[in-house]
Amino acid sequence: MKVEHGIKGQQKTKIKLEELTFYYGKYKAIDNVSMEFLECKVTAIIGPSGCGKSTLIKSINRISEITNDVQVEGKVLLDNKNVYDRDVDLVDLRRRVGMVFQRPNPFPKSIYDNVAFGPRLYGVNNKKRLDEIVEYSLVKSALWNEVKDRLNQSAIGFSGGQQQRLCIARALAVDPEVLLMDEPCAALDPTATARIEELIEDLKKYYTIAIVTHNMQQAARISDYTGFLLNGQLIEYNITTEMFTNPDKKVTEDYITGRFG
Amino acid sequence: MTVGKRKIFNSFFQGLCRSMAFLAMAVLIVILVKVVTNGVGVINLSFLFKAPREGMTEGGIFPAIFGTVCITMLMIVLAIPVGVSAAIYLTEYAGKNFLGRIIRASINNLAGVPSIVFGLFGVGFFVLFIGRGMDKILGIPLLFGQPAMLWAASTLALLVLPVIIVSTEEALNSVSVSLREAAFALGATKWQVVRNVVLPQARSGILTGAILSISRGAGETAPILFTGCAYFLPRLPVFTIPYVHIPVINPLDQFMELSYHIFIMATQSTNVAATRPIQYGTTLVLIALTFLLNLSAIIFRIYFRKRPR
Ligand SMILES: Nc1ncnc2c1ncn2[C@@H]1O[C@H](COP(=O)(O)OP(=O)(O)OP(=O)(O)O)[C@@H](O)[C@H]1O
Ligand SMILES: [Mg+2]
Repeated sequence: MKVEHGIKGQQKTKIKLEELTFYYGKYKAIDNVSMEFLECKVTAIIGPSGCGKSTLIKSINRISEITNDVQVEGKVLLDNKNVYDRDVDLVDLRRRVGMVFQRPNPFPKSIYDNVAFGPRLYGVNNKKRLDEIVEYSLVKSALWNEVKDRLNQSAIGFSGGQQQRLCIARALAVDPEVLLMDEPCAALDPTATARIEELIEDLKKYYTIAIVTHNMQQAARISDYTGFLLNGQLIEYNITTEMFTNPDKKVTEDYITGRFG
Repeated sequence: MTVGKRKIFNSFFQGLCRSMAFLAMAVLIVILVKVVTNGVGVINLSFLFKAPREGMTEGGIFPAIFGTVCITMLMIVLAIPVGVSAAIYLTEYAGKNFLGRIIRASINNLAGVPSIVFGLFGVGFFVLFIGRGMDKILGIPLLFGQPAMLWAASTLALLVLPVIIVSTEEALNSVSVSLREAAFALGATKWQVVRNVVLPQARSGILTGAILSISRGAGETAPILFTGCAYFLPRLPVFTIPYVHIPVINPLDQFMELSYHIFIMATQSTNVAATRPIQYGTTLVLIALTFLLNLSAIIFRIYFRKRPR
């Protein structure tokens, strides 16, 4: 695979999957995948429904294991440290690797309390400091202007797009290094989607972003690298422009041109 | 089968089921009507706020109301922390492992134990073992080692524990996975997730369970029979703090209780017939009290549904 020779250039590898195989019980959802996520780049994961995209990115912050019986072989290296090592502190891992889910899942609390939730977990209780973090995160997620006068309103009353940006703000508030986004626009209309895409463009200056998407145009627009998954296997991984103009494999071409999936 | 026959069968079974449903309702109505018509006459302020006189053939039932309220409150104060913690352990930590399954099976069996067995257990465990044991360790004359409100409430608390655990478990399980995931993904520890996300969401369910268990416990006689309930007490189970003269409920005292009071009047009185109106009145008060508790459960639930926080 091309990963091995050269597409990295000067970039630093933030996350590296090494022969990752992931099971739900006995079911193999990820099959021997090796790939990299480069620092301050957007890496898109594409593939048909059920191919293991969510599983792949959730293996990085180890969130699947809270509700499922899972088994993992291989490595997920974050800054060269395997997150599946015994001595890894999950709280610390998830603080460094933030996540935005497929469906907006704000807490049924106020906007303010949603964003302040993470910092409070880490013992930040100073009102002034929290105010700063909330404003900073909401500004970064491009929501501040819409909500600055209603920070005490419940998040439940807001639109899907606003809720999803709130979830992004909530993830940013704990100052992660990596942002995992699982189809963040799946439940959104085109306007809201466009806003989130702009946002991602801006966020990649500071964060390493892994994004799952069903939308080929979206992957082409926002990502620097793209991985194509099929039946749990990584079929192709390349610079996005390369992959979309000149795919290596026939199946990749068929998929991105919409001939299946 | 012909069409005509099928139609006849259909209406026959519909009618049968409907009459059984009405039967259940009719029983309730008959009980209520009988209790209300016979009992409402004796209810007045002095019945509610005075003590019994003349071997319970006259006077009111205030000590029994007071005792019932005290013991129910004490019961719930004891049962909620234990029950809620147990439910949190079972749903959040034990999951489906072996230990969790054993505990769950035990709780289901506990719910099926007859209440008189709880009463006997209460005497043996709380009064004799714990109470007498405390007296011995402290080297004092009989103080804890006798029937008392504390032990009766503890026994009732055990009785309602399964109700609280099961309803709390349901409430905890109904909290959506996506909210839990959101919190975990922010780096929350398990306890932080429980404390900040799960419990606030489950609060109305837990409260409902608590209040259901109150109405279950409030009418019970057998568990308190030997553990603290008194036939008749000339004074309330109240203790006045010296110097400041503030009266407080004394959990080490015995108490009177409504359902036991009814039982006593109906079986032990020297003149059962003379106490009959009072029996009806007392029953009415007990039913009304239970009804009020259920009503407050419903109000609580509506209140917390409106403010999903
Ligand atoms: N909790 C689970 N237990 C068992 N199998 C699971 C579980 N979650 C997912 N799977 C299976 O693992 C495979 C990959 O699932 P995953 O959710 O990662 O797919 P996906 O590519 O994200 O799909 P989609 O595009 O529909 O979100 C699927 O076949 C799915 O059925
Ligand atoms: Mg998915």
